[in-house]
Amino acid sequence: MSIKKSPWIIHYDCSSCNGCDIEMLACLTPMYDLERFGIVNTGNPKHADVFIVTGTVNTQNIPVVKQIYNQMPNPKVVIAVGICAATGGIFRGCYNVVGGLDHVIPVDMYVPGCAARPEAIIDGIMKSIDILAEKQAALDEGVVPEEICGGYIYEGEHDEHGTLITDEDADAAEEEQDVGATPDQEEQE
Amino acid sequence: MDNALVIFFGADRVLFVFFGTEVYMTHLIGAVLYIVLAPFAGGLIAGLDRKVTAQMQGRHGPPILQPFYDVAKLLGKEKITVSNGQDFYVMCSLVFMVISGAFFFAGSNLLMTIFTLTAGSIFLVLAGYASNSPYAQLGAEREMLQIMSYEPMILLSAVGFYMATGSFNVGDIVTSGRFVFPYLAGMFAGYVFVLIIKMRKSPFDLSMSHHAHQELVKGLTTEFSGRTLALSEIIHWYENVFLLGFVFIFFANGEPRFIVLGVLVALVCYFVIVFIDNSFARMKWQFTLKSAWMVTLVFGGGNLFVLYYLRAVFQV
Amino acid sequence: MGIISLLILIPIVIAVLLLVAKCDKLRDPIVIAGGIVIAGLSIYFAVTHFGIDVFKPWSGESVDFFGFAAEAQPLAESVGNVMMVVKVALAILVVVMGFKYRKPLVIVLTVIQTPLLVWFETTKGRTISVESHINVDNFSLIMGLIIGVVGSMVCIYAVGYMKDFARHQSEGKDKRPFFFFLMFIFLAAMFGIVISNNMLWMYFFWEITTICSFFLIGYTKTDEAIRNSFKALTINLLGGLSFACAIIVMGNYFGPGTLELSAVIENGVMFQSQMAAQGSANATEPIVSLIAILLAFAGITKAAQMPFQGWILGAMVAPTPVSALLHSSTMVKAGVFLIVKLAPLLGFNTAFSVVPGFFIGPGFLVTFVGGITFLFASLAALSQSNAKRVLAYSTVANLGLIIACAGIGTPEAVWAAIMLIIFHAVTKALLFLCVGTVEHNIGSRDIEDMDGLFGRMPRLATIMIIGIAAMFLAPFGMLISKWAALQAVIDSGNIWVMLSLVFGSSATLFYWTKWLGKTTAVVAGKESIEEKVHYSEWGILGGLTAFAILITMTFPFYSRGIVVPYLIGAFQGTSERVFTSLSMDNMVIMIVMVVLIIILALLFYGKTSGRVVPIYMAGVNEGDNLTFVGARQKDIPITLRNWYLKEMFPEESTNRIGNIMVYVVFAIVFSYAAFMGITLYGYVIGGGF
Repeated sequence: MSIKKSPWIIHYDCSSCNGCDIEMLACLTPMYDLERFGIVNTGNPKHADVFIVTGTVNTQNIPVVKQIYNQMPNPKVVIAVGICAATGGIFRGCYNVVGGLDHVIPVDMYVPGCAARPEAIIDGIMKSIDILAEKQAALDEGVVPEEICGGYIYEGEHDEHGTLITDEDADAAEEEQDVGATPDQEEQE
Repeated sequence: MDNALVIFFGADRVLFVFFGTEVYMTHLIGAVLYIVLAPFAGGLIAGLDRKVTAQMQGRHGPPILQPFYDVAKLLGKEKITVSNGQDFYVMCSLVFMVISGAFFFAGSNLLMTIFTLTAGSIFLVLAGYASNSPYAQLGAEREMLQIMSYEPMILLSAVGFYMATGSFNVGDIVTSGRFVFPYLAGMFAGYVFVLIIKMRKSPFDLSMSHHAHQELVKGLTTEFSGRTLALSEIIHWYENVFLLGFVFIFFANGEPRFIVLGVLVALVCYFVIVFIDNSFARMKWQFTLKSAWMVTLVFGGGNLFVLYYLRAVFQV
Repeated sequence: MGIISLLILIPIVIAVLLLVAKCDKLRDPIVIAGGIVIAGLSIYFAVTHFGIDVFKPWSGESVDFFGFAAEAQPLAESVGNVMMVVKVALAILVVVMGFKYRKPLVIVLTVIQTPLLVWFETTKGRTISVESHINVDNFSLIMGLIIGVVGSMVCIYAVGYMKDFARHQSEGKDKRPFFFFLMFIFLAAMFGIVISNNMLWMYFFWEITTICSFFLIGYTKTDEAIRNSFKALTINLLGGLSFACAIIVMGNYFGPGTLELSAVIENGVMFQSQMAAQGSANATEPIVSLIAILLAFAGITKAAQMPFQGWILGAMVAPTPVSALLHSSTMVKAGVFLIVKLAPLLGFNTAFSVVPGFFIGPGFLVTFVGGITFLFASLAALSQSNAKRVLAYSTVANLGLIIACAGIGTPEAVWAAIMLIIFHAVTKALLFLCVGTVEHNIGSRDIEDMDGLFGRMPRLATIMIIGIAAMFLAPFGMLISKWAALQAVIDSGNIWVMLSLVFGSSATLFYWTKWLGKTTAVVAGKESIEEKVHYSEWGILGGLTAFAILITMTFPFYSRGIVVPYLIGAFQGTSERVFTSLSMDNMVIMIVMVVLIIILALLFYGKTSGRVVPIYMAGVNEGDNLTFVGARQKDIPITLRNWYLKEMFPEESTNRIGNIMVYVVFAIVFSYAAFMGITLYGYVIGGGF
């Protein structure tokens, strides 16, 4: 399947020490030469098949991550590169950190490391290609995954995840406040 | 080219008459061959380009067939879009590009070929505009500037062919029996210069780039995806084959050895352009426009004057 | 005097009726019916004169020059007298206006030319017998069709438009009767110009168009309008002066004296062929040359060539139908009409000269002024964002191209010139009217404000896209004529004009494409506001669009049936064979491509079925494609602006350089003309001729 031979990537760096970020770019250098696998760093979600996220996801960039994810055409895979993207890393538990990319969008592959080594990143991308092929097969049969909600929506109030608060949501939030801690907070504790 | 085809297919004969136009066997074969084979040739050239570029940068590089994998993948992706008009303009662009090249390889009128090519480019610009996306529109505007930069030189080259061989028809030019390159050396230099702009190679890759300078994301093509993006790739393939064909006719005159020479020079030109692509940073748009027009004026205009005097004084 | 003079009389009658009709209910039907009658009349005359075999391959008969009025001499004389009286009255009016607004130049120009002509007419003019006052050939009939059909369409469009216009300008009394009066008088005068052979008559109609234009530009009576109207008047009076001088030279020094344009042309062509037989190609008789220079100069002022482009740019303050009718499709065409008529006398020697193209004479004047204007007006249009100014510069540039073609003076070049006139008239009228409608609905004529026009006025945007594409894109007619022009210029060996054409065309591509792009852009959140548009505007816009496509699709037919016969009549030794350079098959291919685009549009436009995602804005698109999240979570709207290259091609410098170059051409040609004038005068005094 040709998608296995040409996975194009978009790389988004949430927030971090930029270690994984640099290693990601190192993959493109002559030393590692990602392009020999047909991989191109497109920098554009509309062209990309693989979404690589480095750094820990925080409340400010959740909508950005969601929007980029939604703007990618199916089939697509998400790779969380580095421990921050995978779990929140050393920032886990901070007031503005949700802890791991999988709280925001579905993740297909985790590449551990602090910082993740280029070899590991390349390995992760190559492994995710099989998942990409599976999704392509599903898409060919007509199974189109739904967009995830979120991303920026114009006007109206947003919650901390950047999701528009509808009247129903607002009611629900009030109820939750009555009950006490939200599920998220429980999880963090 | 016509002559070579005659060698293969025997005597040229009129196939049918279309509104008073005699369609010759070789014309049809040239056009059909272009329509069928140009994507393969263009894809291969693009693959070679990427391989050679990688080698120049000390990398291993992708397989030669990589562009085909890319396009096959893009064709299978989900359809997403930002506006309704976009796909129509890309489709128009493809159709006009194919028509333009088909005319060229059918040995038709050079000016008409160029005008059709321009129409194809303009449709691509419109596809960029239609999305109303900041990156795409900026790319579209820069593409327009590139068109404005290279257009005079390409037109003048056609005029040069006319003055040197007495015909605008590609078929007549390549079978003229006259080695026109010495008369059109200036035109050739100018044409190769604007070819860099036309092929969107550094230092003139303003509107979109295959390199990783991404201040415009992917410029004109930012909002294309899946099938639309695949079509725009195929447009480039068709376009590149046509542009190299234009280099070819500077040398072809019907004799087999000059045909070989023409193909070789076309490939060498492409190699040189790839080399320039890898050795320069991107220049400002002002430089693109000024240098292109200056080259057109000096090389194209100068050559034209020489041709004029040759014709007027020596009746050459 | 020939039934064809109905073309002049009927518009006058309608004009007078409109002056009397004070209310909408009366005016609307008169304008619409009048327009239809005039269009029908012009079509009737065209069809009866062209013959019916327009749709057959051309059979080879030569053009017939219709000589009217030989039997109606007394009538013609009294017509002449009426014209003289009107002329004097108008001159007095102009002088009074000049005093009122303190414009000494206008007074001076009028005071020189009108008495001069009156003196000439009452003395020498009386003794010259005129064979045919009216001369109708295929070219005049083509012009007649343009005036009749496009002109009356614009008048009908004005019905709805002027209602809106009057509403916007509520203060002051309703001057619409006067407006429509002028529009129809203008149509009459245009018909007069294209069928007159007697130069005194043509001069009369010529001046009428000048005066109409003057009043229509100043219609709103704002300071700017008045200033610009006087600018237009001054420049056109300058051209009128040159015209008057040409008449006097014709009457006094041309053999026994003549007033007929056809006589001058025939004489000049005959002289050329005699000289050609003796071996010196393309030599022109000096006196003919002098007349051609003077007339060409008049044409250049009327066609707003550099350095006179200022008046047409200023004229854009007038209501849009005026711009469409006078300043793009018809009145400026009077200038090029005269020059194209003179084309057999112009022309270049294709033989060797040290500097290609430099043969001083009328051909040199016309070709170079046209070529320079084409290039620099195209460059000036790059920096314009006001739609009407873009259209104005584009008009100036295209007229430059037309007269450059006429200056080349070969049959192929003139073919291109006539085709350009036809396509340009229709397409430009369409575009002007589009801009007019847009202006009334979005309140601006700036291209930048046409953001999202496709959402706000989808039908109008589609029409505008077709109009713009028809101006410059393959496979539409304008491009085909440009192609023919390029071919003709190359064949003539005039490298200067070729370079100007090549660079100018590239600039043309740029400024049209960016407008086209702005129109095609699909901007989110725009509601359609089209239902407010007046029905008459829709009818005319739709009609003109269909017309623009139709003339592209059918042009091989009328080229063969109408234009080529004219050229064969006008240029001796021309045969149909000449026109193989732009051969039939290429034209057919172009037409096939038009059909192809239509099919593609029907198949693909808006048919994308796919998930709609927001445009890419680095992940911070707010989802509406109009705002993004900026620093500190602020909502920042995006604005997309076009590119005007103002640092590289500032309007002032392009105009200045163009003007200076044209002044150099003028200096060369007029010193030559003055020298020739003096020698000729001496020759005549010494008892030559």
